[in-house]
Amino acid sequence: MDKLLEVENLTKVFALGSVLSKLRITAVDNVSFFIKPAEIFALAGESGCGKSTTARIILGFEHATAGTITHSGKKEAKNERVWFTEGIQAIFQDPFGTFNPLRPVERYFFETLRNYKLASSPAEAVRRIDAKLHAVGLSYEDLAGKYPSEFSGGQLQRISIARALLTDPQLIVADEPVSMVDASLRMSIVNLFKKLRDELGVSVLYITHDLATAYYVCDRIAIMFRGDIVEMGTVEEVLMNPRHPYTQLLRASIPEADTTHRWQGEIRLADTEQDEYLRQGCRFAGRCPHAMEICRSTPPPTVQVEGVQVRCYLYSEPFS
Amino acid sequence: MKLFRDLLRDYRFALGFWALCLLLFFAALSFGSPYDPTVWGEVPRDQRPSAEYWLGTDSNGQDIFWLATFAVRNSLIIALIAGVVSRIVAVVVGMVAGYRGHTTDRALMFFSDSLLVIPLFLVIVMLAMLIRSSLNLVTLGLLLAFFGWAWDARLIRSQILSLREREFTQTSILSGANTLGLVFNEYMPYITPLVFSTLINNMAWAIGLEITLAILGLLDLSIPTLGTMLYWAINYQAILLGRWWWLMTPITISLLLFVALYWLSVSISVYLDPRTRVQRIGAG
Amino acid sequence: MDNTILRTTALQAFYQLDLYGKSKVVKAVNEVDLAIQADEIYGIAGESGCGKSTLLKALVAAVEPPLRVVGGKVTYRIDGKEVDVSTLSPEQKRALRLSYIAYVPQGSMSVLNPVARIRDTYRDFIESHLGRQRHQEAFALAQDHLTDLGLPLKILDAYPHQLSGGMRQRVTIALATLLKPRILIGDEPTTALDVVVQRGVVQLLKEVQARLKNTIVLVTHDMGVHANIADRIGIMYAGRIVEEAATEKIFGAPAHPYTQYLISSLPKFGDKTPRESVPGSPPSLANLPGGCPFHPRCPHVQTRCKEKMPGFTQIEKNHRVACWLVGEGEHGQAA
Ligand SMILES: Nc1ncnc2c1ncn2[C@@H]1O[C@H](COP(=O)(O)OP(=O)(O)OP(=O)(O)O)[C@@H](O)[C@H]1O
Ligand SMILES: Nc1ncnc2c1ncn2[C@@H]1O[C@H](COP(=O)(O)OP(=O)(O)O)[C@@H](O)[C@H]1O
Ligand code: SF4
Ligand code: SF4
Ligand SMILES: [Mg+2]
Ligand SMILES: [Mg+2]
Repeated sequence: MDKLLEVENLTKVFALGSVLSKLRITAVDNVSFFIKPAEIFALAGESGCGKSTTARIILGFEHATAGTITHSGKKEAKNERVWFTEGIQAIFQDPFGTFNPLRPVERYFFETLRNYKLASSPAEAVRRIDAKLHAVGLSYEDLAGKYPSEFSGGQLQRISIARALLTDPQLIVADEPVSMVDASLRMSIVNLFKKLRDELGVSVLYITHDLATAYYVCDRIAIMFRGDIVEMGTVEEVLMNPRHPYTQLLRASIPEADTTHRWQGEIRLADTEQDEYLRQGCRFAGRCPHAMEICRSTPPPTVQVEGVQVRCYLYSEPFS
Repeated sequence: MKLFRDLLRDYRFALGFWALCLLLFFAALSFGSPYDPTVWGEVPRDQRPSAEYWLGTDSNGQDIFWLATFAVRNSLIIALIAGVVSRIVAVVVGMVAGYRGHTTDRALMFFSDSLLVIPLFLVIVMLAMLIRSSLNLVTLGLLLAFFGWAWDARLIRSQILSLREREFTQTSILSGANTLGLVFNEYMPYITPLVFSTLINNMAWAIGLEITLAILGLLDLSIPTLGTMLYWAINYQAILLGRWWWLMTPITISLLLFVALYWLSVSISVYLDPRTRVQRIGAG
Repeated sequence: MDNTILRTTALQAFYQLDLYGKSKVVKAVNEVDLAIQADEIYGIAGESGCGKSTLLKALVAAVEPPLRVVGGKVTYRIDGKEVDVSTLSPEQKRALRLSYIAYVPQGSMSVLNPVARIRDTYRDFIESHLGRQRHQEAFALAQDHLTDLGLPLKILDAYPHQLSGGMRQRVTIALATLLKPRILIGDEPTTALDVVVQRGVVQLLKEVQARLKNTIVLVTHDMGVHANIADRIGIMYAGRIVEEAATEKIFGAPAHPYTQYLISSLPKFGDKTPRESVPGSPPSLANLPGGCPFHPRCPHVQTRCKEKMPGFTQIEKNHRVACWLVGEGEHGQAA
C-alpha cells in the first residue's frame, strides 16, 4: 500500500513561560500516522490537544523536536519549503483571516502562479485560475478586483481552497476549516473535499472537532488527546463503535439536531490543559470514568483491537 | 488622485492642506527676496508694519516679511530631513526586529530602548553645544533624526509582530512568497499609515525642538529659522519695547504650522487606518 | 396573563456609515417583532452576518454609532411595568445592566483582563456594581456563586491564560450572572469551542436557568445546540426573523424554505447520504434584493416573492412564518 504522507514518531515540546522556567509540555507526543492518496483523513480532538501543532509541522511552519515526515517517499529536508508546499497546501480556520483585508484576493492567485512558475503568460494564468475556481463553484469573474471583505465566509473558504489547488497538490491540510463557518456552509465545504478526492484524487488532512462532518466525509480518523493519538481506524469503526473512553465522551458530546436526543447527565471538563499535559500515566485519567490504579502511574500501550488502534488499558491484555 | 479627492472631503484634511499650501507658497517667496537674509542693516531698524515693510522691520535692520519666508523654508527643510531620515531608520529597524525576532530583535530593541530612556532633551542640548560650529540645516536635521526614530520603530515592530501571527502570513508563504515579498506586499499596507502619521508628528516635534534650541542660543543664529527669529526678538526684548510685530510673526507662523500638521496627521491616520479602509471597500 | 418580559416592536437597527462622502446603510435588523417570555430559553439562529449580534446589541440597549435604532422600539417589563429602553438615561441603563439584563458578547472570553487573577476581576466587578465592600464579603459572594454553578474554586487564583477556552467562557458567564439578572443574553457562547467544552457551557447555561429561573436569549448558528437547549427558536435571515416556533416544531416541521435547508443540511451519524447546503450565499445587508430577501436562493421562488416582502402567517399557535408559500401574511405581530 502506498502512502502519500507518513508521519513517524513526531514529537514537539514547548517550553512554557519564560526562558528560565522548567515547565515543558509535549504538545505532540510520539505521534505516527499516514495518509493514502485520494483519502480524507481526519485528525479530531478537543482544542489544545496538538492538532494544529501537528499541521504546522507538516507545513513547515514549526520545527519538530523529534520524528520524521515523509512525503511521497521523500523525507523532509530542513528549510526546503518549496518542493514541499508545491505538493502540500493548506487552508485555515478563519476565512476572514486567510487573506490580507487590504489586498485584492486575486493577487494571491497570481503570486502563487508566478512564484511556482506555473504560467507563462497572463492569459494562461487567468485560464488556470478560472479552472481552479470552477472546481470550487466560482469563476474568475466573481473574484476579479475584489477584496476579502466583499465575500462571505463560505465564499472565502472556497476561494482559499481554489488557491491551494493552484499548485496541483496531492494533499491539502485543512485546520478546522469549518469551525468558523455556520452549519449551512459547512456542508458546502466538506462536500467540496469529497469532490476533490473523488474527481481530482486529492487527499485531505481534515483537522476538526466536528465529528459529524468527519463521519460524513472521512475515510479514516485519528482521535487525539493531549498530544497522543488515543484511537485510530476507519470512521465507521471509530465513530459508530467508539472504544476509547475519550472517543466515547467526544461522541456523546456532539449536539444532535434532534430534540428527542438531548444530552443526558453531566460531564467533567478539564480545569486547565496544562494539568492534563503534565499527567504521569494516561492523560485522560482525571476525567475517565474507568480510570484504574495503573492508569495514573504508567502510560497505556497502543494495541490493535479489531483493526482499530486503541491506547487504553481497558483493551490491553491483562485487563480485557 | 482618488485618494486625494477622498481626503479633501474631510474638512480637517482640507484645512490642514490649504494652510500648509499657504506656508509653502510663503516659503517659496523667499527665492524672490530682494534682501540677503544673512546681511543686517539693509533696511531701517524697528519700523512698524507699513506699505513698504509689510510686517515691519527688526532691530537688526532686516525686513520681517522676507526674513520670515526664509525662516519658514529653513525650518521646513530641517523638519523634513529629520522626519524622513528617522522614518527610514524606524521602518528598517522595526521591520527587521519584528520579522527576524530572537537575537536581532533583542539587540535592536535594546538600542532603541536606550534612546528612549535617556533624557533626550539634555543630550540633544549637549550634543548641539559640542558640534555647534558645524551645525547647519542638514546636520541639525540629522541630529534630530538620530533621536527621533526609536519610539516609532517600536510601534512598527509590534505591528509586525502581530501581523506575523495572522493567517494571511501563512497563506502568503504557501503562495511561495519570500521574506521580502511578504514584508512589502502584506505588511506595508499596515505600516504605511503609521509612517505617514508619525512623519507629520515627527516634523512637528523637530520644528518644536529647533525653536527650543534656537531660543537657547545653540544654533547658528545667522541662519534664519522660526527659532532664530524668536531668539533675536526675545534677545532684543521686543515685547518690552513694544515691537510686537517682530515677535508676532514667528509665533503666528509656528502656530499655523503646528495646527496644519496636526490636522493633516489626524485626518491621514484616520483615512489610512486599516479598519476604516476595510469598511470603505465596497462602499462605491 | 401576558408573560412577555422582553419585547421588540418593528425594530429597525441600521449601521449608518459615512465614508468620505459615500454613505452606506447596513440594514442589520429590519422590522423585528419579538416577544420573549419570562423563564424561557429563546434561541436565535441564522447564517453569519444576518444581524444576530446586532439584534442583541439593540436588545441590551448597547447601541452605539455607527449603529442606530431607526425605527420601532425595545421594551422591558420591570416589576410589571413596560419600559421603553429609549427613554432610559445612561445611568438607568447602567443600573439595569447585569442586575436586570446581562449580556455576554461574542468573543467575550478573550476580554478577561489578562494580567489580573480571576479573583481580582470578580472583586472589581462586585465593587463597581455593589459599591465597595470588604474584601472578604466580595470573595465569599463569588465563591458561593461558583459553587452554585459547579465550577471549581481554584480557578479564582488562576490568570485567564492558564484556563482553557471553555473554562474562560464559563467564567465570563458566571461573572455575568453573579447579580442574578432576570434576562441573560449570550452571543455565540459556544462557537469556536470544541464539542466537549461546548457541552460544558450548555450545561452551565441550563444550570443558570434552573437556579435563577430567568430568561435566556441564546444566539448560535449551531442548530445542534439549539436542539439541546432552546424552548423556542427564531430563524433570522438578512436582518429579519423569517420563522419562529417551538424547538420541536422547527426541527420537526420547518415551514420556511430557508429553515428547511438549515435542518436538512445537518449531517447525522450513521447516514452518509449526500447532503446539500443552501445554494448561493447570503445577500449583503447594505444592498438587499427587493421582495423576500431569500428569493435569489429559494427553490420555490415565485414572481411575487421578487416584488413584495411576505408578512407573517400564523400557521399554528406559536408558529409563524414569513413566506408566500405558506400564506398571505396577515399577522404582522409577534406571538
Ligand atoms: N460596526 C459595524 N459597522 C458597520 N457594519 C457592521 C458593524 N458591525 C456589523 N456590521 C454589519 O452588520 C451586519 C450584521 O452583523 P452581525 O454582527 O449582527 O451579524 P451576526 O448575525 O451576528 O453574524 P455572526 O454569525 O458572524 O456573528 C453584517 O453585514 C456586518 O457586516
Ligand atoms: N508556540 C507555542 N508555544 C507554546 N505552547 C504552544 C505553542 N503552540 C501550541 N502550544 C501548546 O500546545 C498545545 C497544543 O496546541 P495546538 O496544536 O494548537 O492544539 P489544537 O490545534 O489541537 O487545538 C496547547 O497546549 C498549546 O497551548
Ligand atoms: S488508560 Fe485508564 S484512564 Fe486512560 S482511558 Fe483507559 S481506562 Fe481511562
Ligand atoms: S417568499 Fe418566496 S422566495 Fe421567499 S422563501 Fe417564500 S417562496 Fe422562497
Ligand atoms: Mg487548533
Ligand atoms: Mg455575531
